[in-house]
Amino acid sequence: MSITLQDAISLITLEADMLDHGDFHDWLKLYTPEGRYVVPIDPDVEDFEKVLNYAYDDAEMREKRVVRLLSGRSISAAPPARTVRLLSRYRMLESSDTHCTLRCAQMLQELRQGRVHDYAANLNYRLEMTEDGLKIALKVVRLLISTEALTAVSYIL
Amino acid sequence: MQGLPDPKSLLDDDRADGSIYSNPDLYDMEMDRIFMHNWIWVAHRSDLPAPGDFITTFVGSHPVIVSRDRKGVVHVMLNRCRHRAATVCELKHGKTASFVCPYHGWAYGLDGALRGVPHQEGYTGQLDKSKLPLISLKVEEYNGLIFASFDKDIMSLDEWLGRAKPWIDLFMKQGAGWPVKTMGEHKFTFPGNWKIQLENTTDAYHFPIVHKSFLDSVDAETQNTFDFVEGAGFVEDLGHGHSVMVMIPELVDLDEGLDAPIPERFAELAAELAKDYPDEQVRKIVRAVGGSGFNLNLFPNLACSMAFFRVLRPLSVTETEIRHIAIGMDGGPDIANEARLRLHEHFQGPMGFGTPDDAEAWDRVQRGSLAGKDISILLNRGLGHEARREDGNLFSDVSAETGMRAAYRQWLIAMSEEAGA
Repeated sequence: MSITLQDAISLITLEADMLDHGDFHDWLKLYTPEGRYVVPIDPDVEDFEKVLNYAYDDAEMREKRVVRLLSGRSISAAPPARTVRLLSRYRMLESSDTHCTLRCAQMLQELRQGRVHDYAANLNYRLEMTEDGLKIALKVVRLLISTEALTAVSYIL
Repeated sequence: MQGLPDPKSLLDDDRADGSIYSNPDLYDMEMDRIFMHNWIWVAHRSDLPAPGDFITTFVGSHPVIVSRDRKGVVHVMLNRCRHRAATVCELKHGKTASFVCPYHGWAYGLDGALRGVPHQEGYTGQLDKSKLPLISLKVEEYNGLIFASFDKDIMSLDEWLGRAKPWIDLFMKQGAGWPVKTMGEHKFTFPGNWKIQLENTTDAYHFPIVHKSFLDSVDAETQNTFDFVEGAGFVEDLGHGHSVMVMIPELVDLDEGLDAPIPERFAELAAELAKDYPDEQVRKIVRAVGGSGFNLNLFPNLACSMAFFRVLRPLSVTETEIRHIAIGMDGGPDIANEARLRLHEHFQGPMGFGTPDDAEAWDRVQRGSLAGKDISILLNRGLGHEARREDGNLFSDVSAETGMRAAYRQWLIAMSEEAGA
C-alpha cells in the first residue's frame, strides 16, 4: 500500500513540533542515516552539492548543528530564538509503498532579542519507509526570501 | 556648512567616541566623503567574464550597473535613466546587448551610450543623445578586483592599494594555478553601523571567545590551527586604511610548504584528487581549499578574508548589509570546489556556525554603544608594543587593534576633506 498523505503529514508535523519545542536530539532520529537537510539559496537549483547553500547538512552536520544550539557556547543561540511554525497546503507529489515526495507551505515566526522575523517557505520532503517506520530522506526548505539578505538564523528552519 | 559633526573631536590615537556608530549626521558625511570619494569594490572579474555580461550592485547608496562591453572594457554606470530617473535594469546579473528603460523605452549600450529614444521627433531637435549617456564612474581593476569611484580626480587604484597589492596577489593563490572565480554568496544584514564590521575583519582577539561553538565542531588539528591569538601572527598597517591580519603564518604563501603533511580533514579529498593529479598538484589544490592564513582589510568595503570576499554596504547609520562571497578555482576539480563550498557553509552565512555569533556580537556593540554619553570605545590593544618595519609599516601582535587604528586614521583623513573636493 502506498504511503498515505495522513502518514506523511503526521511525520512532518511531528518534526515541526519538535523544532519549535527544542527537542533537537529527537529531531535527529527522524532522518535516515543518509538523509539530507537543505536550505538552498538559488530557488531553481536541484543539484545542491554543486552550489552554495545556507545549509547542506548530512547526518554529521545535523548533529553538530544540534550540539551547537544546545551547548550554550554560541552567543547567538544562548538561548536559541523561539519559533512558532505552521505547516499547511500539503500536496503528495508521488507515493509508493517505499517512499513518497510531498510539498507544503511553512509560515514561521521567530522571536529573538525583542525582534520578530517572519519566514515563509515552500518545504519539499522525500520520505522513506524503513524498518523503523517512515523517515525523512530529504528536506528542502525553499525560503521565499532566499536570494535576499537574511538575518542570523540560529535555529533549525 | 554649519551643524556638521567634527570627526576630529570623535577620534583619538587609541579610542573613538561611541557616537560614531549612531550619529546620523556623521553617517551622511561618510556616505559622501568616504563612499563617493574612495575606490569602492564593485565586482570580481569572474562575475562578468564575457562581453555583454553585467551585474547590478551599489556604490555606497547608489545603484549601479557593472557591464562588460563588446571590446571587453568594464563600465560602472548609475542605474538611472537620464530621462525621468527610472532604474534601467533590475536583474541581479545577466547578459544583454542593451539596457532599455521600462518607462519610455530609452535604450543604452553596454558602455552607457544613449542609442535610442522612441518618437524622438517630439523633441524637435532639442535632445542631443550624445550628451545623455548613463552616468559613468571611474573604473580600475587589480588582479581581478574591480573598483569604481565617483571621484574623477582620485589617485590611481594602483597607488591607492599600494602596499596591500602583494597581499592581494597572495590571496589569489587560492586558485591553485587556476584563476579565482566567485561561487555564490551569503547575504545578511545586522542592526548596526558599518564600521563595527570593518573593525571585526582584523580582530583576532574575538575569535576564541565568539567562535567557541565553531571550534567545538571541528577536529583537534583544526582547533590547533585556529589557536592563533597568542601565536606568531601579526597585524600590519598597509596604508590608506588597509591592513592585514596574519593568523596562520604558515598559510600566507600557498605555493610554499607543499611538503607539509596534509591535514586529516582533507585526507579523503587528497586521496580522491590523487586519482587525477600528480602529488605536488594534489598538495597545492588541498592547500588552496583550506584557504589563506590571513585577513586583508581594504578600506572601506572589501575584505579578502581567509577563503572568501567580505563586502559591506551601509544601509543606514544603524543597519549594514554583509555579503560573504565564496570563491573557488575556475577550471579546477569539482570535488575541490565543492569542498570549499561546504567549508564556506560550515562557518559563513546566516545559518553558518560562525557568522551568526559575529552578527550577535556586532548587534551588542551597537546597542551597548547607546548606553551613556561621551564614553569611548577602546582601540588601544597592542599599541604598547607596536613597532615599524623597515618599509615603514606599523605592526603589532596578531590580536592587536593596529588594523582598526589604521582604518580610523584613513576615516579621519577622508572625513576631514572638504565635501565635494
